[in-house]
Amino acid sequence: MLKAVILIGGPQKGTRFRPLSFEVPKPLFPVAGVPMLQHHIEACAKVPNMKEILLIGFYQPNEELNRFLFNAQQEFKISIRYLQEYAALGTGGGIYHFRDQIVSGSPDAFYVLNADVCSAFPLAEMLSFQKEHGEPNSFVILGTTANRKQSMNYGCIVENETTKEVLHYVEKPSTFVSDIINCGIYLFTPEIFQHIGAVFQKNQQDMLLYPYDGEEPTNGWHRAEAIRLEQDIFTALAGQDKLYVYKTLSFWSQIKSAGSAIYASRLYLNQYHTTHPERLASIKEGGPKISGNVYIHPTANIDPTAMLGPNVSIGTGVTIGAGVRVRESIILHGATLQDHCCVLNSIVGWDSTIGKWARVEGTPSDPNPNDPFAKIDSETLFREGKLTPSITILGCNVTIPSEVIILNSIVLPHKDLNRSFKNQIIL
Amino acid sequence: MKALILVGGYGTRLRPLTLSVPKPLVDFCNKPILLHQLEALVKAGVDHVILAVSYMSELLEREMRVQEERLGIRISLSHEKEPLGTAGPLALARELLNIDNEPFFVLNSDVICDFPFKDLLQFHSNHGKEGTIVVTRVEEPSKYGVVVFEADSGRIHRFVEKPQVFVSNKINAGIYIFNPSMLSRIQLRPTSIEKEIFPVMAEEGQLYTMELQGFWMDIGQPKDFLTGMCMYLQSLRQHAPERLRTGPGFLGNVLVDPTAQIGENCTIGPNVTIGAGVVVEDGVRIKRCTVMKGARVRSHSWLESCIVGWSSSVGQWVRMENVTVLGEDVIVNDELYLNGANVLPHKSINESVPEPRIIM
Repeated sequence: MLKAVILIGGPQKGTRFRPLSFEVPKPLFPVAGVPMLQHHIEACAKVPNMKEILLIGFYQPNEELNRFLFNAQQEFKISIRYLQEYAALGTGGGIYHFRDQIVSGSPDAFYVLNADVCSAFPLAEMLSFQKEHGEPNSFVILGTTANRKQSMNYGCIVENETTKEVLHYVEKPSTFVSDIINCGIYLFTPEIFQHIGAVFQKNQQDMLLYPYDGEEPTNGWHRAEAIRLEQDIFTALAGQDKLYVYKTLSFWSQIKSAGSAIYASRLYLNQYHTTHPERLASIKEGGPKISGNVYIHPTANIDPTAMLGPNVSIGTGVTIGAGVRVRESIILHGATLQDHCCVLNSIVGWDSTIGKWARVEGTPSDPNPNDPFAKIDSETLFREGKLTPSITILGCNVTIPSEVIILNSIVLPHKDLNRSFKNQIIL
Repeated sequence: MKALILVGGYGTRLRPLTLSVPKPLVDFCNKPILLHQLEALVKAGVDHVILAVSYMSELLEREMRVQEERLGIRISLSHEKEPLGTAGPLALARELLNIDNEPFFVLNSDVICDFPFKDLLQFHSNHGKEGTIVVTRVEEPSKYGVVVFEADSGRIHRFVEKPQVFVSNKINAGIYIFNPSMLSRIQLRPTSIEKEIFPVMAEEGQLYTMELQGFWMDIGQPKDFLTGMCMYLQSLRQHAPERLRTGPGFLGNVLVDPTAQIGENCTIGPNVTIGAGVVVEDGVRIKRCTVMKGARVRSHSWLESCIVGWSSSVGQWVRMENVTVLGEDVIVNDELYLNGANVLPHKSINESVPEPRIIM
């Protein structure tokens, strides 16, 4: 029997996702038309013998999360529970704290998935890999290949090329170590808790020896229970014949910034051709013109002269007027796009309105298309004091007047703009 | 009567339009700039027009033959081998201007207004002196050279270049009338009429001014070309409103050639000129623009303060603004944003131009 744990973080995390994370917990932000988390849950529910999915995080229980859990249980006919941490315990601390819940019912193994990744989730492949390779009790990290420069922004894995054992693990090194990076998706057996437990014991002893005196502790955490899988566990397990890497060639990306949500949407929409063809809009009599992969919620009201795609997701109750153009964008529920407006490389927030002939445009931050191993850069908002051109984001309930242009800008929620803006954050 | 039009050189300030046709033939409000001037001169009784050009253009010569025929006048081209300034061309054309004792008109070819040639001739004959220059009022006299004159008679006292304290708000409008006797003041060498000839004439009490009524604009560069267009259309509204297009989808002063096609759900205007054979597809918004002969604007695009050159094509969902000028036969692909782009002829644009620049 198998279980899965999805680490969903909490409100203090995901600030790079603002202003969109003001309205909805980031794991529930829609990517390719469904909440980010649903892609994880669908992948887990598909694995044979999957008995339970546990979400661990430090969000206060809220209506949206509850509703999502309720609907997901109904849809996937599987137990899904939310376990709330009393504080941010890190990627290892959270599962250690809830280890009794995880091991109850004696699963043979369990997956751990970070919520802020987008992936084809080759979970079944990871399981057969674990059975074929190494110890029966080994742990598996999903790895993928990055280019040399970008690899240093991730956890880097050195493997034994024959056995696939992890020989060395280092998180975000300052010099090049390996082009195999950690995808934030793991397969553990319950034995992992012995290793996390050992770190916990050591942390406790350290705290007795060196009581917290207000100084910043070396690992950045104040509690014995705050443990990071990457730095505290994988680094120690490397070379112990315990930890293996399963390298995937299928798609994978982090979803850190709002810009990466558009890229992730593209990856998932493309996957729908095999997994969910019914979610892709097709050209119909009396329907809008469709180019490439487009998701349209059935409740959206779209004029037949509009042209959508590629890579467009239209949420519930969205209204799209005559002659509207949308490309490489996410339109969130309740938004209104008036006649002839043009939306490119942007996220339009819930209940926002874009006036006639207005142009809302951003600059895509896609990975280099000529480098098969390139990943999206989770770049900083500012470079040399200037806002880096990125996708345009309209927060919730923003009004854009007719005929203006909003270029490479971020508009915080509940703003009525009265003119054009370029390369600005509008508070 | 005779008139001399100072056409001058390559019209570089009005590029990229003047890369395709000589400046006098650039369409302004659906008519070549020069024809606005020629027709007004003919109305005032001029039967011989001399174009002072510093480069020869076959296109211009051919067009002038056509206009000679059409207007029933004589048009001569006076070619300067070297630039002669604003006065030298008068000396070069001396033989043509000095054949009788009649006064003659002189005008800069960049100027657009309600040409007051009849009044000018009348005024000039009344004071009986050697020359009269037309002046127009400006808001910021410190940017120009102003003319100081006697309010009642119009006799000029002096000229002040870029005055720091207010002395006058009237500037030289580039439209003159002279008696042939003034030609003796000019030698055949590069000379500025404004700096070297006028001050002397004023000193001798031989130069008068007449104030221009109505609009005036030097349309020698694209930004002013568009401003001049707005003024011209407003003047049409007052004097010939039947030539302006009205009805649903048209706002303010809009001039549309009868052979142009306008699609459904467009909003055109205020201040738009649409040339012959132009196709504007559905759902287009255009304001404060000139769209020249044979151009196409595809559906759902938005244009403000642009000049779309002859036979150019603007794609769907394009946004163009801030004095974007497309030369002849430019293609702007779908969904692009052009901000202050200056695009040379026969160019295909595939990516946005978010900040003003020249596209070679």
